[in-house]
Amino acid sequence: MLHHRTLALAAVAALGLTTAPVFAQAGDTITLGAAVSLTGKYSTNGGHTQKGYDLAVKKINDAGGVKVGGKTYKIEVRYYDDESTPARGAELAERLIQQDGIKFLLGPYSSGMTKAIAPVTEQHKVPMVEANGASRSLFTNNYKYLFAILSTSEKYLASAVTLAAENAEALGKKPSEMKVALAFENDNFSQDVRAGVLEDLKKNNMKVVIDDELPRDLNDMSATLTKVKALKPDMLVVSGHSKGAATAIRQLDQMQIHVPILAMTHCDAAGIIKKFGKAASYTLCGTQWAPSLTYSDKLFGTAADFAKEFDKAYGYEPPYQAAESAAAVEVYANAFERAGSLDPQKVRDALASTDMMTFYGAIKFDDTGKNIAKPMALYQVLDGKYEVVAPSKFAQTKAVVPAPTD
Amino acid sequence: MLDNLLILVQAPTITVDLVLNGILVGAIFALAAYGMALVWGVMNIINIAQGEFVMLGGYVAVIMSAHGVHPLLAVPVAAVLLFGLGWLLYRTVIFRIVERDLFTSILATFGISIVLQQLMNTVFGGDVQVAQAHLGTLLLMGGMVTLAQIKLLSFALAAVLAVVLVLFLRRSRLGQAIRATAQNARAARVLGIDTDRVYAATFGLNAALCGACGALVAMAYTVHPYIGLPYTIRSFMIVIVAGLGNLAGVIAAGLSLGAAENVAGFVLGTQYQLAFVFLLLVVVLVWRNWRLARKRQYLK
Repeated sequence: MLHHRTLALAAVAALGLTTAPVFAQAGDTITLGAAVSLTGKYSTNGGHTQKGYDLAVKKINDAGGVKVGGKTYKIEVRYYDDESTPARGAELAERLIQQDGIKFLLGPYSSGMTKAIAPVTEQHKVPMVEANGASRSLFTNNYKYLFAILSTSEKYLASAVTLAAENAEALGKKPSEMKVALAFENDNFSQDVRAGVLEDLKKNNMKVVIDDELPRDLNDMSATLTKVKALKPDMLVVSGHSKGAATAIRQLDQMQIHVPILAMTHCDAAGIIKKFGKAASYTLCGTQWAPSLTYSDKLFGTAADFAKEFDKAYGYEPPYQAAESAAAVEVYANAFERAGSLDPQKVRDALASTDMMTFYGAIKFDDTGKNIAKPMALYQVLDGKYEVVAPSKFAQTKAVVPAPTD
Repeated sequence: MLDNLLILVQAPTITVDLVLNGILVGAIFALAAYGMALVWGVMNIINIAQGEFVMLGGYVAVIMSAHGVHPLLAVPVAAVLLFGLGWLLYRTVIFRIVERDLFTSILATFGISIVLQQLMNTVFGGDVQVAQAHLGTLLLMGGMVTLAQIKLLSFALAAVLAVVLVLFLRRSRLGQAIRATAQNARAARVLGIDTDRVYAATFGLNAALCGACGALVAMAYTVHPYIGLPYTIRSFMIVIVAGLGNLAGVIAAGLSLGAAENVAGFVLGTQYQLAFVFLLLVVVLVWRNWRLARKRQYLK
């Protein structure tokens, strides 16, 4: 079995050597490469990612394509299925670059996959614009060819802290008098979120009264919530994937604990409105993007226009994974035009100086390649619906803080 | 940690709340543990898939509640379905290992547990599920002690199930056959008891108990494919403390474990709640060993 595979690989490699430059910028087309999870545990979100890429590519081509140095190019994407396994992702990135001769990569789905591919693109000096890897650890390796257009995970609930500080007066307090309870799972993502929240709490001088970790197989957090009952913090922040969200909402309701400000991640994944109805009211949830935000650009129009178009093409409302993926293609198109060349190095430099507005939000990269212009958005559950309440400049609804007691 | 202890001292109502809520969840632990003791005592098998049976019972409640059926009805339905699954597992896997040594049974049931976990992960995804029983909360001591009615109800149901189980084992023919097999399988066979059937029924009965537990867990807590292990560990812990064939001991150990764990979770933090169970297990085993050693010395 192994032997066969090696042989097959060798054969493919040999073929690759002779046919290498075929896909690269053949004719008047720029080919972007992407290893996306079309099967395996990330297949749902991998599908959203691919559809986002496809829709943006179609839209750009329909609008005439990309002008690079006086010549007009169409864009296309060459996909491989990474089967949701990081090792396969790295292998495919290598294949896209070495055999298919592709000079520009789009990101895969998830931080784990991005982490596996980034060293490959870095080694070959091929830029990668990714839209679905938010882990902080992606941006601590001094990668020069990695650009992430989404807000990184430590920003997930930072807006919630800002919102709490803005509304401290409504609670009859100064921000520095506010007490905060934290309950975070001990996995990478949640700990990233925690680090970001702690930073913002420090900025506002808020006091942490509870700082509990949640276990991976959590289904009962009443011990932590009893502490909340005893200490009555002004704000409770929870991040433990969908089980953390669901357990917190269910047990806060069971234990009749009222928290003036409750913020968490993964509300929609946990389906808190559908599962718990009224008990989920006034919960604040971090999200990368929402169709009702008033961001807009020339290609798609407003965020709502994008949502409409996506729905027309694929028959469902776009989740943020699709939106950010579409925006990643826009960022590439913008960089090609500004670079005026298809030389990877020049495109990389153009990417680094990106400063644009899209329907997904503002995009501007810092030295580590992460987007620092777009804040995380916040939903609040109001009347059984998710309403975007932050960032306040782009939101259509005002947050209800503190949550009324009833 | 110290400030948490301080809260307990300053606000005794919080302690009452922790202990009462712990006892309520302890009833569920006790039920699953009794199933484990039954299988262990009768068949000499340690069932590592215990928690997975609980998890499956939870999904029965989730599915029923998603189709508009009140999840309380899922308690008997889950018990019946899981009995069938337990029977089936015995006929396909367990009968091959029932006479083998303990390690083989641990390995086989561990395999079953992984298969069940991954199956549910594939079918329902890794996300968390709940069943809504739409019951309220009982407030005591000025609202500082809160007991969810569903927890009280599951405590009552667990008690009823325990009584039914005792009556079944004492009075029914099958129950008597199970007890006879537990005492001496060979003698039971000589007396005409079909021990193979008894084993199948015992394994099914255990799965049914776990299924009922799971339906209660889905209503009072949450369910996802990976909640199994903590329930297996707790069952194991309770059986070790109480011993086999000691229903009163299992109930006492289950309820106290629930209470102790909840207080420990409060003082040490939720992440150490399960670690505390392990620690307790080690302490109990060491203490047991020390007592036995002393007894041996005395006999010498």
